[in-house]
Amino acid sequence: MEMSLDLLGNAIVSGLLLGGFYAAVTIGVSISFGMLDIVNIAHPAFIILGSYIAYIANTSFGMDPILASVIALPAFYLLGMGVYQVYHLAFERRGEESLRGLAFFFGLLFITEVTLVLVFGVDYRLVDAPYIGPSLHFGDIELPLRLLVPCLVALVMIGGLQIFMARTFIGRAILAVAQDQLALRLMAANPTRIKRIAFGLSIATASVAGAVLIVIQPVEPSIGRDYIGRVFAICVLGGMGSFAGTVVAAMALGIVENLTATFYGPSWAPAVAFGFLLVTLAVRPAGIFGR
Amino acid sequence: MNGAKFVVLLLIVAAAVFGAALAIGNAYVFFAGYVVLQYIALATAWNILGGYTGYVNFGTAAFFALGAYTTVVLHKLTSLPLPIMMPIGGIVSGIVGLGTGYLTLRLRGSFFSIATLALAVVVQTLITNWDFVGGSRGAYIIRPMTTPLLGIDYIQYLFLVMLGLVVIVVATARAIERSRLGYGFATIRDDEVAAEASGVPTLRLKLLATTLSGAFMGMAGAPLPYYVTYLDPASGFSLAYAVNGVAMPLVGGTSSWLGPIIGAILLGTLQQVATVTISSALNLLIVGLMLVGFVIVAPNGILGLFGLGARRARA
Amino acid sequence: MPGDPLLQVSGLGKRFGGFVALEAIELAVSDGERVGLIGPNGSGKSTLVNCMCGTLRHEMGSVHFAGHTLDGLSAHERTRLGMSRSFQLPRPFNTLSLADNLRIPLLYAGRHGAQPIDERCAELLHMVGLADKATRLPRDLTQIEMRKLELARAMAAAPRLLIADEAMAGLSHHEVDDILALLIRLNEQGVTVILIEHIMRAVMHFSQRLVVLVAGRKIADGDPADVVRDPDVVRAYLGE
Repeated sequence: MEMSLDLLGNAIVSGLLLGGFYAAVTIGVSISFGMLDIVNIAHPAFIILGSYIAYIANTSFGMDPILASVIALPAFYLLGMGVYQVYHLAFERRGEESLRGLAFFFGLLFITEVTLVLVFGVDYRLVDAPYIGPSLHFGDIELPLRLLVPCLVALVMIGGLQIFMARTFIGRAILAVAQDQLALRLMAANPTRIKRIAFGLSIATASVAGAVLIVIQPVEPSIGRDYIGRVFAICVLGGMGSFAGTVVAAMALGIVENLTATFYGPSWAPAVAFGFLLVTLAVRPAGIFGR
Repeated sequence: MNGAKFVVLLLIVAAAVFGAALAIGNAYVFFAGYVVLQYIALATAWNILGGYTGYVNFGTAAFFALGAYTTVVLHKLTSLPLPIMMPIGGIVSGIVGLGTGYLTLRLRGSFFSIATLALAVVVQTLITNWDFVGGSRGAYIIRPMTTPLLGIDYIQYLFLVMLGLVVIVVATARAIERSRLGYGFATIRDDEVAAEASGVPTLRLKLLATTLSGAFMGMAGAPLPYYVTYLDPASGFSLAYAVNGVAMPLVGGTSSWLGPIIGAILLGTLQQVATVTISSALNLLIVGLMLVGFVIVAPNGILGLFGLGARRARA
Repeated sequence: MPGDPLLQVSGLGKRFGGFVALEAIELAVSDGERVGLIGPNGSGKSTLVNCMCGTLRHEMGSVHFAGHTLDGLSAHERTRLGMSRSFQLPRPFNTLSLADNLRIPLLYAGRHGAQPIDERCAELLHMVGLADKATRLPRDLTQIEMRKLELARAMAAAPRLLIADEAMAGLSHHEVDDILALLIRLNEQGVTVILIEHIMRAVMHFSQRLVVLVAGRKIADGDPADVVRDPDVVRAYLGE
């Protein structure tokens, strides 16, 4: 096939922007799985939920979807805390996290998807915003605002979270709980409360990620499942809890996926993410002890 | 009761079930019954890995659909009889199970589970892009007019074939439970590090469980094209298989071969009834809610509620 | 080769990220020996056991056992070669009865010989005083009983080398004596034993040779009476 430099250049740039978006989608899992060791496979479902809320705000009230998601943040935060509380009481305390915990989150993923199907049907939904459509041009390279704005929003959100983690007491406590719960207890901080806050934050990011998703592409209930492989691949490759690593890994995946889509067709995208996942798992330190 | 006697008992029960269905005489019994039997096979197969070793497979739909699509390919290329196609479907799914396991089972169980979720999406993508089996438009399978056995309709034949598979899968599950292999699986579930230290070859056993489980799921999916006569990826990879594969064993109880059967009969008939009376999406929602509810409140399933949850403690 | 030690650890090193858990460990254990391993908490004793037994992969050095190189072998393969260990924090199989817990190494380590498995199970349970609880589950046991089960399970693998990792913690004076007698009897039957303990009277009574580990390094290795008088050892571990 013809490898025009323009096509290649545009594919890489779009891939980078897409990667920024993927980072926003993954950052919640970086917190819940990377730092708290909770395998929340339902995270994509919360993102899709965020998409639909942005959709309703946009079509019913004409509100900008990303603005709507910021307004919805507190609700998602509370939802996250609620979900963690159930998870903690039912599984973490009993020490039965693995099989039952996974099944619990799978159940949530499933229930969310089916409920959305019941309420909204299986048609694709879109939003309307002034930055969907126009592009910036730098020579032959096109920067669609549809991708650029989400990417910037994503980076702002991640940057904000990073500052929160590094500068505030609660943020540092979250980083500490990831390392050593006993030490945290000795500091008179309650690990369960810290984890609840962290999980709440994790789900809160889904609100913004969801709005950003529906800006980039039309959404229907089942696409959450496409993101599971991507999200965990990025999280693992990015070094589990590292935000910077997540951003870099997300952009790498975005570029590879976009190049594949441009030259081989878009339907192969999930396969790319899966390949990434397998490669990252193969490169992980071996052994049951390993982390 | 030893293994051979149990198989005889199963065969007697199977014959009785078939006889009762014939006596009722209504074709719907066979159509609905096939679905329940299929779920019993699927749930029991899932439990060999999930319940016995503790490794959770969320990609049931992928293994199931691979069996179904193997049949589609074989149907187009050959005229093999169904009982031959089923083991071939089983081999295909088994190999995929082995491959997935080989790549992920050295790591934590949650990575295996995530990989199975991603696998389901990828296999569906591949099949949807494969024109030979009809791609997204689907494939039509003509049900043969005659059956290899005299005097029964094709749907009754499918029912019988699935009944046979159930006997095989359940007998295998029970045999594993009581064998040295079953002990090995249990140690993997209880404490993998201690199992290794005690001499259990955990990786080899996990791969065996994954392959066997995947193969049986593939065999359960193999007759599907003849049952539905029109197979497209949406139905082959239906959400119903994804959730039921996990929900039925967990609701019934994962500690023994009996649990998945209870779960499959309960949830299977519930869904058959609900699909007719209310929408199919709503009945899936009920299954999802039951899954979450049982996992929180009754972790050992229905078996657990009757005090049969813990493993037998032999001297 | 005859004359070679049963166990030879050479230049063993293990890191966790930036933290050096073990450095340049040299240890030779002869067939039939009784070796004591002591050191402060966090000195790397359990890490050393984990590396020898294959639960952890070491990065540097090598481990030789009974004429085989263990590097790269998984834990279960090492158990099958005759190296067995009890865990410092007991790790029983919680859904299996006590008897079934012991059955596992008998079924899988491939070393128990011609004796019927059920008989050997009963024998082992009797040896550690748990015969009357054969059908119970581990959650019904006291901490001390769990330690005994842990030891019995390690013994069920019919090892040539048994590593007992703080098997006596929390036991009464009398119970310590029981376990000690058990280990000595095992040794008289030909099992080489490495005893990791903090209970000094047990260590001194039991060991023919004493090894001291501090902060990931071996600082002493020799006759117990000499080692306990070594000023470095006194300073680092024994205190006054």
